Amino acid sequence: MSTARNDQAPVLEMRSISKTFGPVKALSDVSLTVHAGELHALMGENGAGKSTLMKVLSGAYTADPGGKVLMDGREITLGDPKLSKQLGIAVIYQELSLAPNLTVAQNIFLGTEPSHLGITDRRSMDAKTAPILKRLGVKFGPETLVAGLSLGERQLVEIGRALAANARVIVMDEPTTSLSTRETEQLFDVIAGLKEEGVAIIYISHRMEEIYRLSDRCSVLRDGSYVGTLDRDELNAATLVSMMVGRDLSTFYKKEHKQFERSGDPVLAVEGLGDGKLVHDVSFEVHRGEVLGIAGLVGSGRTELARLIYAADPLSVGAIRLKGDEIRPRTPREALSKGIAYLTEDRKGLGLFLDMSVSENVSMCVIERDAGVFGIRNFAAAAKRAAGAMKSLAIKAPNARINVGSLSGGNQQKVLLARLLEVGPEVIILDEPTRGVDVGAKSEIYRLIDSLAAEGLAVVMISSELPEIIGVADRVLVMREGTIAGEVTGSPEHPIDQERIMALSTGAAGGELAAASAADKTNHERTAHE
Amino acid sequence: MSEIVPPEEERRRIEVKSIIRALGMLPVLILLAIGFQLLSGKFVSVNNLSIVVQQASINIVLAAGMTFVILTGGIDLSVGSILAASAMIAVIVSLIPEYGMLGIPAAMAIGLAFGLANGCLISFLKLPPFIVTLGSLTAVRGVARLMGGDTTVFNPELPFDFIGNGTLFGIPWLALIALAVILVSWFILRRTVLGTWIYAVGGNQEAARLTGIKVWLVLLFVYGMSGLLSGLGGAMSAARLYAANGLQLGMAYELDAIAAVILGGTSFVGGVGSIWGTLVGALIIAVLSNGLILTGVSDIWQFIIKGLVIIAAVALDRYRLQGGART
Repeated sequence: MSTARNDQAPVLEMRSISKTFGPVKALSDVSLTVHAGELHALMGENGAGKSTLMKVLSGAYTADPGGKVLMDGREITLGDPKLSKQLGIAVIYQELSLAPNLTVAQNIFLGTEPSHLGITDRRSMDAKTAPILKRLGVKFGPETLVAGLSLGERQLVEIGRALAANARVIVMDEPTTSLSTRETEQLFDVIAGLKEEGVAIIYISHRMEEIYRLSDRCSVLRDGSYVGTLDRDELNAATLVSMMVGRDLSTFYKKEHKQFERSGDPVLAVEGLGDGKLVHDVSFEVHRGEVLGIAGLVGSGRTELARLIYAADPLSVGAIRLKGDEIRPRTPREALSKGIAYLTEDRKGLGLFLDMSVSENVSMCVIERDAGVFGIRNFAAAAKRAAGAMKSLAIKAPNARINVGSLSGGNQQKVLLARLLEVGPEVIILDEPTRGVDVGAKSEIYRLIDSLAAEGLAVVMISSELPEIIGVADRVLVMREGTIAGEVTGSPEHPIDQERIMALSTGAAGGELAAASAADKTNHERTAHE
Repeated sequence: MSEIVPPEEERRRIEVKSIIRALGMLPVLILLAIGFQLLSGKFVSVNNLSIVVQQASINIVLAAGMTFVILTGGIDLSVGSILAASAMIAVIVSLIPEYGMLGIPAAMAIGLAFGLANGCLISFLKLPPFIVTLGSLTAVRGVARLMGGDTTVFNPELPFDFIGNGTLFGIPWLALIALAVILVSWFILRRTVLGTWIYAVGGNQEAARLTGIKVWLVLLFVYGMSGLLSGLGGAMSAARLYAANGLQLGMAYELDAIAAVILGGTSFVGGVGSIWGTLVGALIIAVLSNGLILTGVSDIWQFIIKGLVIIAAVALDRYRLQGGART
């Protein structure tokens, strides 16, 4: 598959790269070798250091002294994005960096526009773009506005930018996260073409199928350290996961709370919920002491559903029943006061007040309750709550007065969780509760979810990580295209079936279901005849 | 990533940084005062300092209101116009025999009304603060001119003239009012739920909404507060001049108020800042104006120097706190 890779010096070699941020060691002694025409996958949990390593490569970060980077066997110095670009290293980040109001050609040559006397030569720019687009096999032209392109097409424009810069090493950071199946296929075709041309690709992904399909080799990082590299024929899920997690999976997740009994009345029941746009006709129930998982692909409407229940977005149809009584909260404030809490998936953008202290962040939802006459703050109460939360959730911070923004992702997440728990909710909806959280904090959060369920809370957990949702939830609803595609249950003897979830969320199970119901129908008809 | 408690050295560095941050622009104020004293020899005298404080007082009051607004990430460009309209009302009402003292509450009431009007547009219609208050900057100026029939209104017998020119225990009333405004603002911002909400909304408005904070109330409050304090500023300025003029009074006052807030270290995007910083910022502006006059700098150069000092001071501040401050 790859062209004679061990005969020549690797295109790129990183040797014992370390990077520290203040007291935190984000990378320690990491090495990585990439050959021409090779796709080298890079795996690791969130916070394992993949992004940091790539930012060292792109020149966004300067590595600590002591490490070495070689290109074609010659040592090079990195630390300036422009320099990396000149050396032929292109990094395509998850958040694409295109200017939507400019054309494809303008984006591809952004910052390197061909010009005469400072005047951009648009014609030659378009002319140079055309062959690149042809190489990518796309249908749009150089003059198309990026705003009109789909996410997948934008991704290809990013790759076009790398090609225009004659990149010899292209780093892709989870490129397929927001792509449709067809767009993903197109991307894979382009990747195959690039490999044939001898471009080396470093491919960061969480999706096993992609790793199996594409990678020539796969390296794993964990907690900022290099764990190992597997060759294509050594790849298998169990090895990879244990390399990433660094421990046996069976003890990682915790499900000790007593399995709920369906007989009781549900705490939360929703019927026919919809917003007229992204969510339609969703009905489900959650019981006391139950952890209900909601799986589905990104964009399947999971977050939108949670926001509807929490009244963060207006509900257009459907009913929400809390302990049997229909409620219709109009604002998050009302939802909270009724006992529904929602943990956002975007804790920095929508959750925390990064410039405020741990103590303020923890008590934000209840400061009114604690306050005296005329809304005079009770700081002693806030300090007490913060101290309690730091202890019970094991939040690692020097003190409660420190800004939340200075904590690590895991501790920030715990602060946000603590805020919701202070309210004393009946139902808590957790949207990607372990996103961007390190492995240690992850297992602590799983333990917390387990103990919340054991205390009688109804927990709804939205997650994109299948092992997590299977490990933590009692049953799983799968969403697809804005509605519930199916439910997957498990028992101690028969754990929840991962493939069934995958099939439901991608729609692969659609045909099978239709066939089943058709068979059912004919059966009915037959009985009717008899 | 592993958690490591910062070592002693690191912690001391953070502490020093937070002290520097708390002091803010105070060193600049002190240096300016020393500089002007050395240059003119007349700066530090009871008489002159009293003049500086009087000159600063109206801007302090406006800047206090502006601090509330900027802390939420907004801006209020209409304070100068509201001040003019309120001053007009204050003088007009003061002419009513027997009830002349009502000029002060009338000025504050009209200021509050305009402020709440801004607040409603921003809070309920979700219009951008810059646009709304830019509109009211012009519209309220027109209202101010309308009220006096586009003339200057006088009241040589102004019943509340002591505010503008009198003293209490030797301290000018204007200064006392300004100090009281600062203390009340500090109390609201640092000791009440509303104050915490103001910082929260400025820090992250959508997170504030999702946390159950009444964002609409916070926005209504800060613009109402800014209007109310502009009204008070109008009464103060009427009391000083025994007159008001809808066309000229309060012209460009919003710029000095904004400058004071920014000099005081309040982040322009909201969420970070303190009322004490604003006080220091307003004093820096007043000291500069006064000191430049004392040293005999021409009127034209006063403008140029004032502008440059403001930019330099803020640049210095950002440089010093690099990494810590976000603007």
